[in-house]
Amino acid sequence: MTHFIQTLISGLSLGSIYALIALGYTMVYGIAKMLNFAHGDIIMVGAYAAIVCVFQLQLPAFAAILFAIAVCVLLGVVIERLAYKPLRQAPPLSVLITAIGVSYLLQNLALLIFGSEQKAFPTLFHIPALRLGQITVDGITLLTLGVTAVIMIALTLFINKTKMGKAMRAVSEDKEAAGLMGISTNRTITITFAIGSALAAVASIFFGVTYVYIKPTTGSMPGIKAFTAAVFGGIGSIPGAMLGGILLGVIEQMSKTYISTLWSDAIVFGVLVLVLIVRPSGLLGKKVSEKV
Amino acid sequence: MEKINQKRHISKNTVTVCMVAVLYAVVSALLYTDNAGRQLSNMLISLSSYIVLAVSLNLVVGLLGELSLGHAGFMSVGLFSGCLLSIQLAKLLPLAVRLPVSMLFGGVVAAVFGLLIGLPALRLKGDYLAIVTLACGEIIKNVITNLKFTGGALGLDTMEIYSDTKSLLPFAIVLVFLTILVMMNLKKSKCGRAIMAIRDNRIAAESSGINVTYYKLMVFVIAAFFAGAAGTLYGHSYANIKANTFDYNMSIEILVIVVLGGMGSVRGSIIAAIILKALPELLRDIADYRMLVYSVLLIVIMILNASPKFAELKGRWSIRNFAKLLQKKDKEVPQK
Repeated sequence: MTHFIQTLISGLSLGSIYALIALGYTMVYGIAKMLNFAHGDIIMVGAYAAIVCVFQLQLPAFAAILFAIAVCVLLGVVIERLAYKPLRQAPPLSVLITAIGVSYLLQNLALLIFGSEQKAFPTLFHIPALRLGQITVDGITLLTLGVTAVIMIALTLFINKTKMGKAMRAVSEDKEAAGLMGISTNRTITITFAIGSALAAVASIFFGVTYVYIKPTTGSMPGIKAFTAAVFGGIGSIPGAMLGGILLGVIEQMSKTYISTLWSDAIVFGVLVLVLIVRPSGLLGKKVSEKV
Repeated sequence: MEKINQKRHISKNTVTVCMVAVLYAVVSALLYTDNAGRQLSNMLISLSSYIVLAVSLNLVVGLLGELSLGHAGFMSVGLFSGCLLSIQLAKLLPLAVRLPVSMLFGGVVAAVFGLLIGLPALRLKGDYLAIVTLACGEIIKNVITNLKFTGGALGLDTMEIYSDTKSLLPFAIVLVFLTILVMMNLKKSKCGRAIMAIRDNRIAAESSGINVTYYKLMVFVIAAFFAGAAGTLYGHSYANIKANTFDYNMSIEILVIVVLGGMGSVRGSIIAAIILKALPELLRDIADYRMLVYSVLLIVIMILNASPKFAELKGRWSIRNFAKLLQKKDKEVPQK
């Protein structure tokens, strides 16, 4: 039983990282109706930013986190302005290909700057482990869970209570109508990209601290998994991304522990396929009825 | 009017076939007189496989209008089953019989997988279908990596059936032509029109009595078949194959070829495959920067393609337009 709970907690922690990344995917999808394939690589950039900040600039952990967030937000906004904005009216597939291009670009830039060998991520936090009877919870796991919970609550409040959040919901509902109501669509999309990238930066810090080694292709697998999580929960739905991410993390950790490490990817994707076949628009996705 | 259109249609396809024929004639002439460089002869088979992959994916993406991100998975299934059969037959049959049989087998196995995956997956639309095909590709990769008889994580040892470019090229040429002809004829046939009707308006197509599921599955199965056959060919040109090579990155690479070449255009896919596979080779001198250049090119081409200003510019400076201008001098064309 303790083993099960231990696995569950580490699954939740992994799931929180996926959920943070998935939120970026789902928000951008909801508003710009595009799959931002480069989102996973933002994580990699955030992790490198933190590494540079700690090892090259000798700054404290707190500054490193802020620096990583700033770099990612800037990058997200610049990418949106340069690569995606000219394609607002283009068919979805060309936007997808452009996003893939951006993803390759980021990976290869990182390869040129940092080289192909792995870099160690600094130990940013020193938090003692928590003991509850026989269960031990890592300090980092605890922090990941806590911070993710706070971020999720804040994000939900932001989307539901603030003016900007209302604008975002309006744009995702109907871009043109929102524009007619005096909402600046471009600004809303930019802010969405900024928030998504900031969440990716936070995820990158937790990812780096948990998995330690970072290389230029680090972002792609968690990126794909988080994207899967977003679709799993129903793409475009914010609670869906949170639920999808956490479920995916728990399923992955459970299958790693109880079935096999080698088969975990197949199991995770298998569950996704099954869920989508039973519920074609994801767990919490809106069912769009077709107009004839 | 219809007659003229038909005439143009035939000539367009003939141009494509001739273009490929000339290209292969030149390349074979170079290869069999030992004038081809190592670089060229090394990439010929994989380039041919990529042409087949791109043209067959174009069937799904361009003609049917559904996004599939699992094409490398079908290729991988075909590759491993075809090559395993080929290894079994290596001592019994010569290459000339063994390779076509293996390619057929690889294609059929991939087609069966296409049917099995397509049957449930085609209920989904758009991005959901894309992610399910991506997931299926990843599952296939994961399963092949973990199975014993496919060589596991070390990869399948295909030394026994490895053949050089000179002996594989005729088969590659036949496969490429077969794919192109099937795709072109399908586009013109009743089935092709039904498929395009589904792409343009599914509901309208369905209400005119087109069996949507049947045609969608048909496209999926045909595309998977050719991907599997191309995979078997590809496998014969390497001494060791790892399932990890055929991940979603490869599916995306094929998709990029299709999109750059133009949706539904056979010729476009062929040209884009040649450019995109040859470009990294040509940029080898600036090896460190070649992937960077490649990705920047990709973004710039997409943005330029979508920009109306560029389209206007392209229209003004195209060869077709010059031809029209020359015609205009003979005969005044009324302005629209």
